[in-house]
Amino acid sequence: MRFDVAIVGAGVVGCAIARELTRYRLTVALCEREVEVGLGTSKANSGIIHGGHRAPHGTLKAATEWRGNQLWSDMARDLPFGFARIGDLTVAFDDDDVAYLQRLLEQGRRRGVTGLEMWDAERLRREEPNLSQDIVAALHAPSSGVVNPYEACFALAESAVRNGLELRTETTVTGIERGADGFAIATDRGTLHARFVVNAAGVFGDELARMVGAEEAGLRFRKGEEYLLDKRLVGFVTRVTFPCPSPTSKGILVTPTYDGTLMVGPTATWSEADDITTTAAGAEEVFDGARRLVPGISERDCIAEFAGVRAVAADEDFTIGHTSVPGFLNVIGIQSPGLTAAPAIALDVIDLLAEAGLALEVRDDFVPTIDAPLRFAELDPDEQARAVRGDPRFGRIACRCELVTEGEVLDAIARGARTMDGVKFRTRAGMGRCQGGFCAWRCLRLLANSQDVDVSAITKRGGRSWIALPRRDDHAATEVEHA
Amino acid sequence: MPDLHPWEVPRRYDVVVVGGGPAGMAAAVGACEGGAERVLMVDREHEAGGILQQCIHHGFGLHHFKEELTGPGYAQRYLEQVLEHDIDVLTDAYVLDVDTARTVSVLSGRYGRLSVDAGAVVLAMGARERTRQAIRIPGTRPSGVMTAGFAQKLVNVAGYLPGKRVAILGSGDIGLIMARRLVLEGVEVVGVFELMPHANGLTRNVVQCLHDFDVPLHLSTTVVRIHGGERVEKVTVAPVDEALRPRMHEAWDVECDTLLVSIGLIPDNELARTLGVRLDPVTTGPVVSSTMETSRDGVFACGNTVHIHDLVDWVSQESRLAGEGAGAHASGRRQAHDNVRLVPGTNVRSCVPHTITTEREHTVYLRVTKSLAPCTLRLGDVYERPLRYVVPGEMVTVKVRPRFLESFHGGALRVDVVPREEAGA
Repeated sequence: MRFDVAIVGAGVVGCAIARELTRYRLTVALCEREVEVGLGTSKANSGIIHGGHRAPHGTLKAATEWRGNQLWSDMARDLPFGFARIGDLTVAFDDDDVAYLQRLLEQGRRRGVTGLEMWDAERLRREEPNLSQDIVAALHAPSSGVVNPYEACFALAESAVRNGLELRTETTVTGIERGADGFAIATDRGTLHARFVVNAAGVFGDELARMVGAEEAGLRFRKGEEYLLDKRLVGFVTRVTFPCPSPTSKGILVTPTYDGTLMVGPTATWSEADDITTTAAGAEEVFDGARRLVPGISERDCIAEFAGVRAVAADEDFTIGHTSVPGFLNVIGIQSPGLTAAPAIALDVIDLLAEAGLALEVRDDFVPTIDAPLRFAELDPDEQARAVRGDPRFGRIACRCELVTEGEVLDAIARGARTMDGVKFRTRAGMGRCQGGFCAWRCLRLLANSQDVDVSAITKRGGRSWIALPRRDDHAATEVEHA
Repeated sequence: MPDLHPWEVPRRYDVVVVGGGPAGMAAAVGACEGGAERVLMVDREHEAGGILQQCIHHGFGLHHFKEELTGPGYAQRYLEQVLEHDIDVLTDAYVLDVDTARTVSVLSGRYGRLSVDAGAVVLAMGARERTRQAIRIPGTRPSGVMTAGFAQKLVNVAGYLPGKRVAILGSGDIGLIMARRLVLEGVEVVGVFELMPHANGLTRNVVQCLHDFDVPLHLSTTVVRIHGGERVEKVTVAPVDEALRPRMHEAWDVECDTLLVSIGLIPDNELARTLGVRLDPVTTGPVVSSTMETSRDGVFACGNTVHIHDLVDWVSQESRLAGEGAGAHASGRRQAHDNVRLVPGTNVRSCVPHTITTEREHTVYLRVTKSLAPCTLRLGDVYERPLRYVVPGEMVTVKVRPRFLESFHGGALRVDVVPREEAGA
């Protein structure tokens, strides 16, 4: 099969580009090395849709941040994923900070960011009483929001597949050759042919460019550790809260996630591309930084931690555009505010492809929406009663911490979840305070039964991440007992 | 609906018991004995019995039944009593909410979403295990890090193994029991690593599960890093100093494909929290009276929901009392008010119940903060009793009889556990 466009990397950028391309009469393939989409950098970040005023002047980041911010509303209208414009605050502790806020305010206004407002200490105490009493002023950006980034990736990919995208997961690209009429893309699962290749390979971006002899972005890798806090603190802080950046650090944020739980982080340390370890030093930095903004936060409330790696180009900006290899586009170095910018980047990439000769013919049968999965915990009692009457599987609890029913887990599997993480990030089963102690067995069984495989074949997130082994036979067990 | 049951769930019960584990079963039976006629027990599993059903080892019931039973055997004894008392049991069902008017919202695949009014409610939801995240072990987050209880379910209920080479962090009873269980299943157990200088589980489990099976126990040692991309590949462990800080220069690596975490239990009391029941910051369970009633009228609590037990026998005893209290409450009988508040004093971490009355005999359960031997337990200056030893891993039970309190006229009674010499001085 020869595709018009092959995208490598199914993070939020790759998924957004793929979905935009399915609006046209084109054949499109999306290759992802992981077992499901969105499990790399796109999963492990703060999930913030930035207000649009923050990116440095004159950069590609600045050119896409505010547009991307606005486009998230369109995406959220068509696709089901957690997204809320809860606003953000940048807080000042002294006069220098206040001067910085003033500059940020002016920068935002010049870019057309709406709603920016300076708050004095009194206003801030009224709005966010749990922030530090040492804060003297804050810049409020109501345009800012939070998103569940993995849900956005799942929804974008599902929508694109529905409109004809060929999604190839667990497919690692091993080599790319340019021929007379396009590219031969060698993978561990056979070769694909495509006229155009979009490099959205995240931390592997330079590696992919090198395969075809295109320019690299000089990627380095910056790790960020994030810590999630117990539901006890839901509502403690209601807006994303940023400190003013210092010369050495962008600072630790306090983020109320879409689901309400607070998240604190990230750190920013140079690392290897695959280093997703959390560290004692990282935890200390994060909690010290978070406490400076919100003194009531404690390590004792931590229920989960994770780390993600951002690919950072040599010039710290996004690398988006044509390369010296005609038909091969780089969309790499997409670090913060990449999540915010993703929908704008996708539109820009469509323009670049058109420039390079891709004919865009709009389809009249593109379906922009997908059905929202039922979220039992968000229904009122009468709706819950109706849901159970309609389907008894919604009456059986799979995850008690987040109140997820078996019906929801089965729906997630029907939508493509194949691993424990796939179920977890689609349904929230296993994300709560018991971290899967109760639901893991139930989800394992449902995954195995739905795919008609043994429980031992189910993984956490593909590869060698098995969860349980078949028991040794009785004979072997007896031998050990008698040894 | 294919499996529509002809039975309709009644909308009013004298007592509704939330949870069908050892605490719930004993409370339901107790409720009948306390005078309740219609009792409902709700359990989220397919079968009642709670965690006992996966505890296939023996050692249950030594105090209560004066014989040694397995977990399912112990559960069976109580299930039979539940059935004899004609208690309604709703399994595969989940209590979503209990409000202050004691309306219980239940979710059941078979019967739908129900509202049941209760004369009294008993909270018997048990506990959940503390996880890796509760102590923030640095490193990667591969598959193969799991609680000991989950591993127990995998092996004993589902018939799978958690891995081939297993390290265990924490010496809670479930971890100790699982060390032995896994050795018997042909799994290599490379060691148990305990942060504290003493084991957290029962002494008998240290002897019978580790020593007898040559599983090394490393005290004052903890896991400081988890390695492995997809599956656990190894863990780094390090001894700790007196302040429990790891001595990293003495750290070493332990190869394993699985890390079981057995670092304690947390009372499961989201329902108590949403009900606004007063909680004890130390046990994190509800504050309870001598009849196991919480700060909410007609809402009782028992078992691991109130405080973490180490023997099921005491859970049954305490829960029967809670059930009797709920039964009496539902039938409108009032008991003597508590007039003495128990205050944890020297070397006492927690006391349950939190209040007692001078009118009846009570069993008081307490936990100490540090090991002592020999020592003396004192109730204010009105009663003292010698104890051979106390350790934090084993709950101390003490019977408080009305005659002990004949000369006591205060409101708050301090409970101390002090070294023998100090008591004699």
